[in-house]
Amino acid sequence: MTSNVSSSTNTVIVNKPKISWYSVKNRLFVFFKYLSLIFISFWMLLPLVINFVTAAKTQKEYQNTNVMDMPANWFNIENYIEAFKASNMAVAFRNSFIILITVLFVTTIIGTQLAYVLSRFTFPGNGLIRGLFTMAALLPGIAMQVALYKLMVDLNAVNTLWGYILMMCGTDVISIYVFIQYFENIPISLDESAIVDGASYFTVYSKILLPLLKPAIVTCMILKGVGVYNEYYASNLYLQDDDLKTVAIALYSFTGPMGSKYNLICAGVIITLLPMLILFLIFQKQIYNGIAAGSVKE
Amino acid sequence: MTAATEGVVNLPETIPVNKQPRNWRKAGIIVAFCAIPVTVLVVFTYLPFGSMVGYSFFKMKYIGPREWVGLQNYIDVFSRPDTLSSLKLSLYYMVGAIIQVILALYLSTILAFKVRGGNIFKAIYFFPYLINGIAVGFIFKFFYTRGFVLDTVLQWCGFQLDQLPYWLRDQSINNWSLVGASIWRFLGQAVILFIGSIMSIDQTLYEAAEIDGANKFQQFLHIILPGIKTILVLNIILSITGSLSAFEGPYVITSGANGTATLFVLMDRLAHVNQKVGLASAMAIVLLIIILVFAILQQILFKFIFRDADDGVAKAKKQAKRIERQHHRLAQKNAPIFRNGSRIGKER
Repeated sequence: MTSNVSSSTNTVIVNKPKISWYSVKNRLFVFFKYLSLIFISFWMLLPLVINFVTAAKTQKEYQNTNVMDMPANWFNIENYIEAFKASNMAVAFRNSFIILITVLFVTTIIGTQLAYVLSRFTFPGNGLIRGLFTMAALLPGIAMQVALYKLMVDLNAVNTLWGYILMMCGTDVISIYVFIQYFENIPISLDESAIVDGASYFTVYSKILLPLLKPAIVTCMILKGVGVYNEYYASNLYLQDDDLKTVAIALYSFTGPMGSKYNLICAGVIITLLPMLILFLIFQKQIYNGIAAGSVKE
Repeated sequence: MTAATEGVVNLPETIPVNKQPRNWRKAGIIVAFCAIPVTVLVVFTYLPFGSMVGYSFFKMKYIGPREWVGLQNYIDVFSRPDTLSSLKLSLYYMVGAIIQVILALYLSTILAFKVRGGNIFKAIYFFPYLINGIAVGFIFKFFYTRGFVLDTVLQWCGFQLDQLPYWLRDQSINNWSLVGASIWRFLGQAVILFIGSIMSIDQTLYEAAEIDGANKFQQFLHIILPGIKTILVLNIILSITGSLSAFEGPYVITSGANGTATLFVLMDRLAHVNQKVGLASAMAIVLLIIILVFAILQQILFKFIFRDADDGVAKAKKQAKRIERQHHRLAQKNAPIFRNGSRIGKER
């Protein structure tokens, strides 16, 4: 042990006096590397931090101090309470929660089923269905709303929760690709042996493959969940009733009468991003993997 | 004993030789599992897409009579000052998308290797991606307001307040402000995508390059860039389509005032406030065509850029494939053709 330590310190001592141009350049390189990382982090964090600071200020403080001054009381939650009440966040959170649970449940079921069929069977429409989903990814959602709105009117689905949920249930191509990829990594002999043992295709899907798919499901649920929770445009179009509004609409309502009370708005912003922050802190790795997995095609 | 022999005797019957019943079950599961997702996809994506193409040839409102105007809506998109300027605005966002990709490449190249506090930096860059577009709008409205966050920071750096422009009102700069907010929001997504693909590059390549005396920039150019080209292409497409469909930023921050109305902000206004459904549909179609053109252009461009990116390995592979294909073709040409077990002659 001791000899080991001394030998390692020896090498350090040997290396130390060597200050070549190379090591200077290297150190400069490292310095600029961290400088740029910290500089960009500063700009990434600044808007959020100031938002948090402003949310803690009282109305008087907000009007009389510079935005960058710190609040007198960091744990002033009055703004949060007022913002929560003023925009009727309770109803909004309930609606968003209902939408989130239903959409995640349905999309996971139909997404995995579709991926199972597409990856396990060759049938005439296989390529066509894959193509349809890939093409759909190119059509930006908001552009479609012009025509979709008329369809929703015709279906009597405007201002109903079910209409909105049904519309959001369109399985997105990213999760389908992730599921297909996972299915293809599960050996097909597993299905075959189960089928020889007398299992039906449905049993193979639900009892054998679905449990193996758990990591992919969690990944896709997070991605889709973030999308659904943050969705604004469609919910604004189809859920105009006060009782039906989602978190994003509730937040947007701050533009009206409270347009200049930024301490309230900031509190509202913090309230809506708190669930995301918690989710992020718990599932950080999974979210990163999900983003990366979602991009890998074929 | 008897059971075992019986089992052996019965074997041909228990193994389904006739595949008909199983095929029926297969068809059943295919239909059952595809029906709902495909129906939802068709009803909520392709049906509206089809009708949108139709609407774009009419002058119409959501309710009421419609009038056939042919290509007039498309002509309007390129001749009305408001739609034309919103098309031009897309250029700002495209430049923003390119800056975003370059910045993300730089950050991810650093963060993919061992960096102190790498995970914290990653988290800081990524978190904005999870924030609601409306919230991002409010955050930046506050950020850019006169005398607020950005101005204060710049004053720390020695600027005078009256030297500074109005970030959201001054028409020469307000679109760049909005682009900045968009980069802030989506940078992390690109960084994470790049980190994932850079980490999947074979580590021994760097060692080999270092032995050969390649510096960090050369390594980046010759190892990392070709190694992540698929993701790079994808990311550029994502950024450009994303930038063309910029909506929430200008919608919340400036509500499209002072010449900041992007295509979607304008389209939303035309469709749902002015009820010019036909014109809005034509705008959407034009946008889709632009996106498609970009997707195709990038494919071509990147094939061109990366045509000799990896020391001819790909070329050699292609060559080998071509030779193999030729051999295969020759072999097929000379092979006798059999039908029902008997030779029926040669091809040609």
